[in-house]
Amino acid sequence: MRNLAPDGSLLEGAKRLSRSVNTLGKTLDQPRTGRRVLPARYSAFDLVRRGLTSSPWPRTWHDHDLESSYDVVIIGAGVHGLATAYYLAANHGITRIAVLDKAYIGGGGSGRNTAIIRSNYLTPEGVAFYDRSVKLYEDLAIDLNFNVMFEQRGHLTLAHNDSSLRTMRWRAEVNKLQGVDSEVIGPAEIRQLVPYMDVSTGARYPILGALYHPPGGTVRHDAVNWAYARAADALGAQIHQNTEVLDVEVRGDRVTGVVTNRGNVSAPVVVNCTAGWASLVSAMAGVALPITTHPLQAAVTEPVKVFLETVVVSGTLHVYVSQTDRGELVFGASVDPYPSYSTRGSLEFTEELAGHVLELMPSIAKLRLLRQWAGLCDMTPDYSPIMGVTPVAGFLVDVGWGTYGYKAGPVSGESMAELVATGKTPELIASFDLARFAEGRLVGEKGAAAVGH
Amino acid sequence: MLILDCPHCGPRNSSEFRHAGTSRERPDATSVTAEKWRDYLYTQQNAAGWVRENWYHAMGCRRYIAIERDTVTNRTRPSDARGATPRGTDATVGTSADSNQETAT
Repeated sequence: MRNLAPDGSLLEGAKRLSRSVNTLGKTLDQPRTGRRVLPARYSAFDLVRRGLTSSPWPRTWHDHDLESSYDVVIIGAGVHGLATAYYLAANHGITRIAVLDKAYIGGGGSGRNTAIIRSNYLTPEGVAFYDRSVKLYEDLAIDLNFNVMFEQRGHLTLAHNDSSLRTMRWRAEVNKLQGVDSEVIGPAEIRQLVPYMDVSTGARYPILGALYHPPGGTVRHDAVNWAYARAADALGAQIHQNTEVLDVEVRGDRVTGVVTNRGNVSAPVVVNCTAGWASLVSAMAGVALPITTHPLQAAVTEPVKVFLETVVVSGTLHVYVSQTDRGELVFGASVDPYPSYSTRGSLEFTEELAGHVLELMPSIAKLRLLRQWAGLCDMTPDYSPIMGVTPVAGFLVDVGWGTYGYKAGPVSGESMAELVATGKTPELIASFDLARFAEGRLVGEKGAAAVGH
Repeated sequence: MLILDCPHCGPRNSSEFRHAGTSRERPDATSVTAEKWRDYLYTQQNAAGWVRENWYHAMGCRRYIAIERDTVTNRTRPSDARGATPRGTDATVGTSADSNQETAT
């Protein structure tokens, strides 16, 4: 793997706006460019004032004409791409950024996940990385002045057999060593947390214990996407929706730009932040990725009075459940058993899901499913992401997010922005590089990254 | 629901099968470098479109069969087991390495 540029600094223009600005809130008091009126700060006072005076809300983000060159082009306007744009602008002062998306903001995995946030992973690398993400999520609403509805309700991973219980204990010890709140609890404590769950020994898959992770919880995923889009837009990054990247231009061993359906764009840095299409976009630059793309289906019930506070996950039963503030139960499952780019739901999924959920909570048998949907997951051989440099200089990847991409959005954006701005791979993501596959340094996260195996 | 046309058992639900991936040429284990071997282990063709792939009929005849499937629409068509011209000619199939490979036993 070669470095991004011989001198280690990726962008000459990066220093133009060198002031480090950590939060949008700070920038609002001191606008740096006269190009745009910054958005009004959302507040309860503003809500009342606009309600009484019927004054319209300003646009959350803006449309732009596509320029012919940018300092950084980010492919994919999901949480990863938007967060990367935001942290580039906020932490490193790089604002000539285009975020390109073939459809709309948060229309891929960022709008199709089940919005669970946690950091109780299995490998030390994974725990440190996702823990940083949880910390960023904790302050995100204040940093971005947007209610992202992050609720740390606690996260339970059930063990139905001795081997899972052993993995839970292993995870708990790795977590505790890294300062992450995580412990194994027994059926009696589980019953207190989730009174409606069947913890009897007569169940088909009796619950022997669970990994309890109090900082885990849920977030409103659309709000996170919109918050990052609004903040990045306010700092000068351009978000281009309905702009599909058709090709990535490479001259020699350097990336020079992208071809889109709205014209050519030249850029010294192109970041692939796509999910589902990550291997296809990387193939445009001639970079092969060890990824297979599988659909993952999810479903939601009609709303009922809130009875389930914690997030409940069962690997043995291939299911995870949480209840939204509206009262709907959100279910997710394992990925479909064969690779596909189709996002059609299947009856097999619904049947299996319903059967397994009722094993856990027999009393919800009369709830009706409201809808089901599917998103695409780029699965890697070791269930860890692929982040950082590629053999093509300037072409960076933030891909391979499998079934765990949303919880990593903020930390990925922060890390990728640092990599772009400094030309050095941050320590936090160093072990997730693409070269690890050829060099045999896999980061095996299978025991904690997904359900269904 | 994905129905696969098993040449031995007839059309059956895909839940009877185990997906066995696309065919790749196995490098010579005695002479290959570690990097090439790992590339063979980890890097799968992940095409969006028609691919020729193998399925193991675990809950049926317990034989490997070759199927062509459009990974975007999940439409399928039978594949010639000996790797000759596939039936149905409206699309190209896989990479050259894949289409030259004998995919069924």
